[in-house]
Amino acid sequence: MRRYLGILAVASMFLASAVNVNAQDMLQIKGSDTLINLVQRLAEEYMEKNPGKYIAVTGGGSGTGIAALINGKCDIANASRLMKPKEITQANERGADPKRVVIAMDGLSVITNLKNSVTKLTKDEIGKIFRGEITNWKEVGGTDMAITLYGRQSNSGTFVFFRDAILKGDYSQKMNRMNGNAQIVEAIKQDMSGIGYVGVGYVKDASSQLNVVKVASSPGADYTSPLNSNDVKSGKYPLARPLNQYVNGSPKGATRDFIAFELSPEGQKIIEQEGFFPIPDEYRDFNRKSVGLE
Amino acid sequence: MIKFKEKLIHGIFFFNGLLVVIVLLGIFALLVFTSIPAFKEISLREFLFNSNWNPTSYVKSSYGIVAMLVSTFMVTLGALLIAVPLGIGTAAYLSDVASTRVREIAKPTVEILAGIPSVVIGFLGIVLVGPFIAKVFNLHNGLNALNGSILLAVMALPTIISLSEDALKSVPKSYEEASLALGATHWQTLVRVKLPAALSGIIAACMLGMGRAIGETMTVLMATGCAPAMPESFLGAVRTMTSSIAIELGEVPYNTTHYYALFGIGLVLFIITFLVNMSADIILHRYQKVAK
Repeated sequence: MRRYLGILAVASMFLASAVNVNAQDMLQIKGSDTLINLVQRLAEEYMEKNPGKYIAVTGGGSGTGIAALINGKCDIANASRLMKPKEITQANERGADPKRVVIAMDGLSVITNLKNSVTKLTKDEIGKIFRGEITNWKEVGGTDMAITLYGRQSNSGTFVFFRDAILKGDYSQKMNRMNGNAQIVEAIKQDMSGIGYVGVGYVKDASSQLNVVKVASSPGADYTSPLNSNDVKSGKYPLARPLNQYVNGSPKGATRDFIAFELSPEGQKIIEQEGFFPIPDEYRDFNRKSVGLE
Repeated sequence: MIKFKEKLIHGIFFFNGLLVVIVLLGIFALLVFTSIPAFKEISLREFLFNSNWNPTSYVKSSYGIVAMLVSTFMVTLGALLIAVPLGIGTAAYLSDVASTRVREIAKPTVEILAGIPSVVIGFLGIVLVGPFIAKVFNLHNGLNALNGSILLAVMALPTIISLSEDALKSVPKSYEEASLALGATHWQTLVRVKLPAALSGIIAACMLGMGRAIGETMTVLMATGCAPAMPESFLGAVRTMTSSIAIELGEVPYNTTHYYALFGIGLVLFIITFLVNMSADIILHRYQKVAK
């Protein structure tokens, strides 16, 4: 009997501690597929340095993360796009006050198969390709081969960013809708006729297995690569974009502590190791005004 | 006392039976009432006859389901073309030709096949079937309707094989004996006597397999490319009704036209599976009457 009591006591202690973790110290982060590996890595380093703190990072796409923040289902939403005015109104209606923090810079990379001879495109050409107006590689200086488009699904922030910034119109109905950055990278590695777009962090390890297209903002301008950190930070690369996190109200406690870690020199170094770029001064100013951290 | 107990048990089972009906009606009512608001903004004509589905458009939202309806039918038809002959053949082999030992190993194996999660089969579609199709047909990629059909055929096979075999098994032994006694070969007996006698069960098996194929989501979502355009051939990308719901329901703001329209797709899907099951039932009964 006494033995059973002992087991019971241990079990209940274990249970109690588990409940504690869930209730108080577990930070829930949800959203962008582009950001998930990066934030996961940041969370791991942070937990190693701060024993007793727990962070859970899950994906689902920027749209899903923002919806979760609005519904109070997560502490931080990862977003590779900005919140839409409609979403902000929706959040306000439910008593949430979303604040934006920029944690890294991304050079959204247009990728093609290694065997494809086209290695540079203008912003305008990319728009035409994804709108379905250019359908053959020979129209942009390549071989005579129909173009196969690979993009994301509509819950993706990258889907929305790319459409609003580059296409300014609808994607071709023939674009394959893939489930995440990694799936696009895999498809492009195999498909000679393919073109796709992914966060620069996803081409870092694969850059010897596929072409990262150099992009010019207009026909006469210089072609720049998303792998060049200066061009991304200065915004000379036409598809450079900030990667964001949204929090509800001015961040406090564990949330604030983790964001401070992300923005610290140590956090920014991890961001570089993951293939993304540290934030420039203009966004440091922005963060200070938005949440009082820089 | 015993009488009361019996009545109680009777009541419990009656309630269980009723519960299924209630759940079914409840689902139907939910689908109908949640999809009605969609048609305040979308005309029924656009919904049913337009092939362009793009609710989150940059320019103008459109809500036509023709392309995904065609996609669903293509993938299902392809799956049945593969699975029905293969399934009935396997069932006939297992019931009439195979030795007891082979059958004892093969039948449980077929049933285990039914337990493989759809996401695993979808994964095989990406890494195995897709590249294979691309190679055979000399395409750039294998994310197309054919890929989806092959995978769905694999998923429908266990149902078809298992139920068809049961149907063949339940043909009275006297039919077979009479046929053989009249001098028919084993092959003639199987094709001309046993298969027609078991036809109602075999049709039911194929219909259930079809039901599985129409409703399957994850596999087709992963393996068919999901381009929303009107499908051109079996070697082009398709996007079925189930994948459209799965892709979009996660991020759609509640109580918007888009949200209601997704329930509208669900309703159409429900009606299709309902019709499939009902016609299977009618065929079954008509055949049984003839047999009698």
